[in-house]
Amino acid sequence: MSTYANKKGFGATIWDYLTTVDHKKIAILYLISGGLFFVIGGLEAMFIRIQLAIPNNDFVSAGFYNEILTMHGTTMIFLAAMPLVFAVMNAVVPLQIGARDVAFPFLNSLGFWLFFFGGIFLNLSWFLGGAPDAGWTSYASLSLHSEGHGIDFYVLGLQISGLGTLIAGINFLVTIINMRTPGMTYMRMPLFTWSTFVVSALILFAFPPLTVGLVLMMFDRMFGSNFFDVAAGGNTIIWEHLFWIFGHPEVYILILPAFGIFSEIFATFSRKRLFGYSSMVFATVLIGFLGFMVWAHHMFTTGLGPIANAIFAVATMAIAVPTGIKIFNWIFTMWGGSVKFTVPMLYAVAFIPTFTMGGVTGIMLASAPADYQYHDSYFVVAHFHYVIVGGVVLGLLAGINFYWPKMFGTMLNEKLGQITFWTFLIGFHLTFFIQHFLGLMGMPRRVFTFLDNQGLNTGNMISTVGAFLMAFGVLVMVINIIITSVKNEKVGNDPWGDGRTLEWAIPSPPPFYNFKQLPLVRGLDPYWVEKMEGKTEMTPAEPLGDIHMPNSSILPLTIAFGLFVAAFGALYNMDDKTWTLPIIIVGLLITFGSMLIRSVKDDHGYHIHKEDLMDDKDKGGKA
Amino acid sequence: MANEQSNSANPNVDLKYRRKKNAEEMKHQVISFTLMIFFTLIAFAAVGIEGFSHWFIKPVILLLAAVQVVFQLYYFMHMKHKGHGTIALFLFSGLAVGLITVLVFTTIVWL
Ligand code: HEM
Ligand SMILES: [Cu+2]
Repeated sequence: MSTYANKKGFGATIWDYLTTVDHKKIAILYLISGGLFFVIGGLEAMFIRIQLAIPNNDFVSAGFYNEILTMHGTTMIFLAAMPLVFAVMNAVVPLQIGARDVAFPFLNSLGFWLFFFGGIFLNLSWFLGGAPDAGWTSYASLSLHSEGHGIDFYVLGLQISGLGTLIAGINFLVTIINMRTPGMTYMRMPLFTWSTFVVSALILFAFPPLTVGLVLMMFDRMFGSNFFDVAAGGNTIIWEHLFWIFGHPEVYILILPAFGIFSEIFATFSRKRLFGYSSMVFATVLIGFLGFMVWAHHMFTTGLGPIANAIFAVATMAIAVPTGIKIFNWIFTMWGGSVKFTVPMLYAVAFIPTFTMGGVTGIMLASAPADYQYHDSYFVVAHFHYVIVGGVVLGLLAGINFYWPKMFGTMLNEKLGQITFWTFLIGFHLTFFIQHFLGLMGMPRRVFTFLDNQGLNTGNMISTVGAFLMAFGVLVMVINIIITSVKNEKVGNDPWGDGRTLEWAIPSPPPFYNFKQLPLVRGLDPYWVEKMEGKTEMTPAEPLGDIHMPNSSILPLTIAFGLFVAAFGALYNMDDKTWTLPIIIVGLLITFGSMLIRSVKDDHGYHIHKEDLMDDKDKGGKA
Repeated sequence: MANEQSNSANPNVDLKYRRKKNAEEMKHQVISFTLMIFFTLIAFAAVGIEGFSHWFIKPVILLLAAVQVVFQLYYFMHMKHKGHGTIALFLFSGLAVGLITVLVFTTIVWL
């Protein structure tokens, strides 16, 4: 980022990022916008905890609390965790498989801008008459009766950003299937690439049910259809099914990349090959597979009947088996390794007990009869924060620390990193451990306040204190990032010194074409294989030649922007406003016009010539 | 796949072989296309002609539809060719997810 700013003007840099199709820059775009939404979602979390710090609090009103709560969940899942996962995938996966970019660079950029405008659209609801207020799950029985346009912002915003996610998922599938460098067989792919592969398949199958659900919801709210309206012969449970057929795979879409990141970190800093590589691959695929057969565990109390409940309970518990395989493999990777406690490794080690606790409460919840007690209580809140914060967020923080040098060419400060780690970890356990007991004592989730003298005061106060500690940790991380970027001390190819996979064999940040010559992969952990033979770089798999590169384009942005405009028209069209129709038309014209330009204009990209790629060494070597 | 490279030094040999292959391909496509139109006609006829019971019409139409999907995938979208293993894997996984959904909806939602 900063390196470019020195060479180019500010405007040129901005234009460069708006039009980029380079996976490394798109990763940075995902990181910045995901980070921004993470901070917004975090602020909302702080408001929730302030409101619940003491009994009978009136920091926010009941209605406003519902909006904050809904937007916290929706923002964190769809607009913070997802893009941050995509940031790491974009930054790392093409490098790990030895590719020069993803399979469809243009689509990659389109996916980002769709997510971005969808997210902005959703958040604009704050200023345009109120945010959605029916929970991140937006159950139809609540949302159909929600006043104002909040739910419509939810439906249209998620529809647009969901499209972006689907596109990104397909892109990674094709990339991993088709773009692996010579020698990079499936069973030599690093585990982060494997988890990206499985996650992309989950996206491919899980997002369409959400799309369908959102379309039906849109019809119910905008055109007066009655899919979910029980009074008119619809069935409100259908939304719940569609949402959770998407929703449960979605939680695995978030956790599997974190598993992948941790697998890389454990192997790197134990300086040992990942224990049980093939069983890790098998477990990842199995988790992805089982993830589609368990969604009804979110609906045990809706009255599915004992047989359905039993089937889904058993299927849910089965997931613990592959998850357990992974946990033990990570422990055995550290066992006997020469472990180095860098900041990413601290996160990785802390992740194991934390996530295991979340898994254990998951199994408790999966026992259908017991779930009648736990359901809709703070116990559930504690469970999913243990898996999502203790798994996904720790994974993302670890990944950002680990790959920061590869993305930006600078090392984050270790001391500040440790401060962030400890405050965040302690704050996290303070906030959420006590919530298990609040739930067991009967505190329901999604309430805007609680009464005095019910034994809930101390627990809630502790929880709020913990939340402030977490916020402090994040603040230190932001400061760390600023300090590091200002100092701008560049590092070499392999700044951790123990890199095993291809990305560490090339400069940090990599040149825009990634690999001058595609590397030849001779085993699992290819860079490590070469290092063990005393080499310092990869053996090339091809002679030096011209490299074909895609051109930058502003069209992805305009395609997404058109949908954003049209969504406003669609939203206010319900109020029978006449100006909305032209807005819809203009928006769709922008979108389809941009698509038309893309289709008819020939864009063959350009070539970097061999001569421009040669440095002195190549010239000397050729002779 | 489409742009497989020839590995013969004499382009004519390869061309001849490819011509023959293409002709065969074309024949298959025409046959399956005719069959598909024929199936569609049957479907329309089954509904149009009076006298058949619902219990006959519905399964027959669904069966014909299933056969058409197979034709579509295998003859027009090249699933029968080599190198489509990954595609088949994803298609069938998607099918599995879809079928589980239908199964659940028919047993516990719509019942
Ligand atoms: C061993 C693995 C797991 C099991 C057995 C499990 C089980 C469950 C069950 C039964 C519920 C429903 C509780 C209720 O509403 O009464 C639930 C809720 C939830 N779980 Fe898990 N879970 C597991 C792992 C995960 C993971 C890895 C994540 C995310 C990364 C996750 C995220 C969630 C979320 C977000 C909810 C609450 C959804 C809501 O109602 O808002 N779970 N889990
Ligand atoms: Cu679930």
